Amino acid sequence: MERLVRSREILLALAILVLIALIALRFPAFAAPSNLAAVFNDTAILIVLALGQMAVILTKCIDLSVAATLALTGMVVAMLNAAHPEIPIVLLALLAAGLGAGLGAINGLMVWKLEIPPIVATLGTLTIYRGVIFLISGGAWINAHEMSPAFKALPRTAVLGIHLLSLVAVVAVILVGLLTTRTALGRALYAVGGNPRAAVYAGIDVGRTRFAAYVLSGTLAGLCGYLWVARYAVAYVDIAGGFELDVVAACVIGGVSIAGGIGSVAGATLGALFLGVIKNALPVVHVSPFWQLAISGLAIIVAVAVNARAERVKGRVILKRAEHAR
Amino acid sequence: MTAAPDTGRAVPDRRRGRLARALRSWEALLLVVAVAIFVTNAFASPYFLDPWNLSDASFNFTEKALIAFPMALLIIAGEIDLSVAAIIALASTAMGTALQYGVGTPVLVAIGVGTGLLCGVVNGTLVTRLGLPSIVATIGTMSLFRGIAFIVLGDQAYTGYPADFAFFGQGYVGWVFSFELVLFAVSALAFGVLLHGTSFGRAVYAIGNNPVAALFSGIRVARVKFLLFLLTGLMSGVAAVCLTSRLGSTRPSIALGWELEVVTMVVLGGVDILGGSGTIAGVVLAALVLGMVTFGFGLLNVPGIVMSIFVGLLLIAVIALPKLAARIMARRG
Amino acid sequence: MTPLLALDGISKAFPGVQALDAVALRLYPGEVTALVGENGAGKSTIVKILTGIYQPDAGSITLDGAPVGFPTAHAAAAAGVTAIHQETVLFDDLSVAENIFLGHAPRTRLGLIDWDRMRTEARALLARVGATIDPRARLRDLGIASKHLVAVARALSIDARVVIMDEPTASLSHKEIAELYDLVERLKAEGKAILFISHKFDEIFRIADRYTVFRDGRMVGEGHIADATEDRLVTLMVGRSIDAIFPHRERRPGPPVMQVAGYSHPTEFDGIGFSLRKGEILGFYGLVGAGRSELMQALFGVTRPSKGVVRIDEKITVIRSPAQAVARGIVYVPEDRGRQGAVIGLPIFQNVTLPSLSRLSRHGFLRLAAEFALARAYTRRLDLRAAALDQDVGDLSGGNQQKVVIAKWLATRPRVIILDEPTKGIDIGSKAAVHAFMAELAAEGLSVIMVSSEIPEILGMSDRVIVMREGRIVAEYDRDGLTPERLVRAAAGLEAA
Repeated sequence: MERLVRSREILLALAILVLIALIALRFPAFAAPSNLAAVFNDTAILIVLALGQMAVILTKCIDLSVAATLALTGMVVAMLNAAHPEIPIVLLALLAAGLGAGLGAINGLMVWKLEIPPIVATLGTLTIYRGVIFLISGGAWINAHEMSPAFKALPRTAVLGIHLLSLVAVVAVILVGLLTTRTALGRALYAVGGNPRAAVYAGIDVGRTRFAAYVLSGTLAGLCGYLWVARYAVAYVDIAGGFELDVVAACVIGGVSIAGGIGSVAGATLGALFLGVIKNALPVVHVSPFWQLAISGLAIIVAVAVNARAERVKGRVILKRAEHAR
Repeated sequence: MTAAPDTGRAVPDRRRGRLARALRSWEALLLVVAVAIFVTNAFASPYFLDPWNLSDASFNFTEKALIAFPMALLIIAGEIDLSVAAIIALASTAMGTALQYGVGTPVLVAIGVGTGLLCGVVNGTLVTRLGLPSIVATIGTMSLFRGIAFIVLGDQAYTGYPADFAFFGQGYVGWVFSFELVLFAVSALAFGVLLHGTSFGRAVYAIGNNPVAALFSGIRVARVKFLLFLLTGLMSGVAAVCLTSRLGSTRPSIALGWELEVVTMVVLGGVDILGGSGTIAGVVLAALVLGMVTFGFGLLNVPGIVMSIFVGLLLIAVIALPKLAARIMARRG
Repeated sequence: MTPLLALDGISKAFPGVQALDAVALRLYPGEVTALVGENGAGKSTIVKILTGIYQPDAGSITLDGAPVGFPTAHAAAAAGVTAIHQETVLFDDLSVAENIFLGHAPRTRLGLIDWDRMRTEARALLARVGATIDPRARLRDLGIASKHLVAVARALSIDARVVIMDEPTASLSHKEIAELYDLVERLKAEGKAILFISHKFDEIFRIADRYTVFRDGRMVGEGHIADATEDRLVTLMVGRSIDAIFPHRERRPGPPVMQVAGYSHPTEFDGIGFSLRKGEILGFYGLVGAGRSELMQALFGVTRPSKGVVRIDEKITVIRSPAQAVARGIVYVPEDRGRQGAVIGLPIFQNVTLPSLSRLSRHGFLRLAAEFALARAYTRRLDLRAAALDQDVGDLSGGNQQKVVIAKWLATRPRVIILDEPTKGIDIGSKAAVHAFMAELAAEGLSVIMVSSEIPEILGMSDRVIVMREGRIVAEYDRDGLTPERLVRAAAGLEAA
């Protein structure tokens, strides 16, 4: 693990713990293990999406289409389930991930082969994917009663006492953690974002690495498409509308640098958890949920300001060295 | 300074073939597209050519275009402001709150525009003083500004704006020319002159092309950028006045997602998202194209969301096609 | 002896430039071949072709007698070609160990990156290049010399047969340079073929066995270093003798224009004091990283000094931004032309008028006719070669871009012009033109500060020379009787003034 970047993650973890402790002072029930597990479960999808987004941002790109990808794959599997309840749910979940991978590949190809600026490419696919949902669904909703019970039940299924939804997040954290710290591709993500020109000298294909990041982001978003639709038991054009910005916010709060090359799985996860804790704490402390948006906005600004401070290039140290030599 | 021996050869002012280059420009292409859509719409629907219908249709782009002009300058200078729609929400909420105290229309307008300006100051300060990347800083303020609107309003709405306030979004200056359409034209002219005819505009281009070289050329980079955020906030406030007046109500979800539509308009207008180039003429044409497509699809009863697919494809095609064309040309020759 | 690596008829063209024109290059096992040539002669291009970054338009590469191609950086590394690049192409936010092994990290049996082994091997490699750097340290926190040693370690981490060293000593101290020479000897003994690119003749004659000279993209000479002399190499490099390059000038320095005292910066320079006279060319010499550019940028208002006083015409002047510097008549032609000097995407005339816009516009509105008139006058004076003034600066050659930058500043009618490495990376013809022009400006009463790392340029142009080392002024010389040896010794800290 990178002991150098760890300090920032520890700081954020402490902030979350202090937050929970403060709430628990007045409302002890909030800190109960069962409630904390519920908070984690509620944040699971945001965590998974943040992992994919982090991979993309590490390469100096951005994926604004994650929420639209989620909504489109969610609608596809919901419609399939409504029409053919006999298709195994696991197959549907895999299909969702595969479809997401395809949608991510479209983003990746545009950035890689056509060299379209990432923000424009994914802004374009964001509107297109949403539009396609309307085209395939005709604007209709898929409601709870149209979905098979198994379809809705899977995310809630307890495995080893944990909801499958939470387990997916845990597994995703572990896998993406392994990917980013222990594989050549993972390290290439950092290299490409940190110094694209040097990456070429190190024999890394910059475009291909970005493509891989988009495919990862798409795959995770696709999987989340199924999880979201099954969990909330409804699918329509606008589900998760604007959620892409929450995902970016989670990354930024977690210390992922928008300029690329800096960030960690722990950071992105904690960033998502921070937002999740706030969202779940507001009703407990009797603050209107309408405060959530403003608070996350403030959190983003503070996080970016702190990161900018840490990343600011320090002056070279020639004088210090000269003094040392005397 | 004494006269130096003049050994140099004169370099001509301008290259030949200016007309040919103008014809190949992005703006020329947009103009062709605009005319083509106009003609297609005129044939497809008998209602299209009615001046009143056309005037009505202009409402679907004028407010966004008002923000697109300063946004174009901001993007040319290498920055971006994603909080514009949230500024509309906050400015509209501020006006609605003031309304509860029974203030008159002039004060309402001042509050709306002033709130926009203040939001611009916040964005400008974050980016130019604290040195934060504008894309994430304005994602933050976007949540913050709209978040404040939600805190104030919750799921409520303000209505009951005074009758004379309706002029800004519903009034006509003369014949079929609505106040918004006239404001659009005046703003286009003003921003066109600002960008293309003043030393401030030249500084914007220089900064977008190379901020370091611009700084090293004695340009006050931070000040120019700060003013651009201020202008963008100001025009978002103006758009908030128009939109609130047109709708006659304020909800915290007002203008949701407009930031992306405004950016789309700017990029479609040929402004390089990476900064350094673009024209106001291009943005005006893009606004007209988007307006006519929306109107035409509306007349043909095509739902708005399908229209968004078209816009998304257009946005990508706009950037991809010239690159593909250049690549094919390079392969041939 | 048969060469290990042979290049024949290699050509490479970029839009507007023939970077390499059918050049040949041979590297022999156990020998160091020095590649010499002026900036822009094509040295960097050949390195990029050898490391798989560029593909040649024509020509062949043979390794051990068999034809090979390097379509990617990976392929070059796999064939055993490794390079220490001129600019340290490394990753600031990654650890030292990873900077060494990125792209070919040791793996565990499961195929995962083995961090423990990577650190151990990194430590061994760093020891081999004589560096005591913690492999866990983040590269950003290292000094420039340490970064360079990491780059050397990276090159050695590949089991290479051909090692390319592109100005490896540019930012190293004397002790580190000595260690690098030891390393080169060891690599030679191991039978590796070494391509050594350097501007420093003393080290070429000390370390190289053979030489190859490039000029303007062509190979103009090669042979054994034992048979060569410095003069011979220089003549090959520039195509004429050195004396002809610099203009002869009358020295007529006037009253002091700018006086600097106690000028300090928290990290870059300390206690700087000097005085600049009217019509004088003041040279600033020093090694890369001596703090010269940082000092000039502070004088120009880009960075803020922590203390110190600048007097212009005996009056204390505070400069907080480049805009204020320009208003006070101080202008700066930066070293990094592409990044700091020219605005590549804007037309020539707009570049020239950029700092003069307030003078040229009326109430903020631009006057195109006045802009063209100004641009015409100054580009003509600098003998700019371009198709038209509305052409983008990016389409011009390096030399002509530099002329545009200088024209831009002259148009503001400055009193002091600071030129930072004014002829770096430009062709010989433009170089002579820039030198002649500099002399002309001084004769007209402009005060010139010239930062340069090229000793001939410093000796050929300056009236006085200030030598900086590690952020401080260590010597000040009058031009008369100044020798290259004294300059080098002062810059290296071997001689106190």
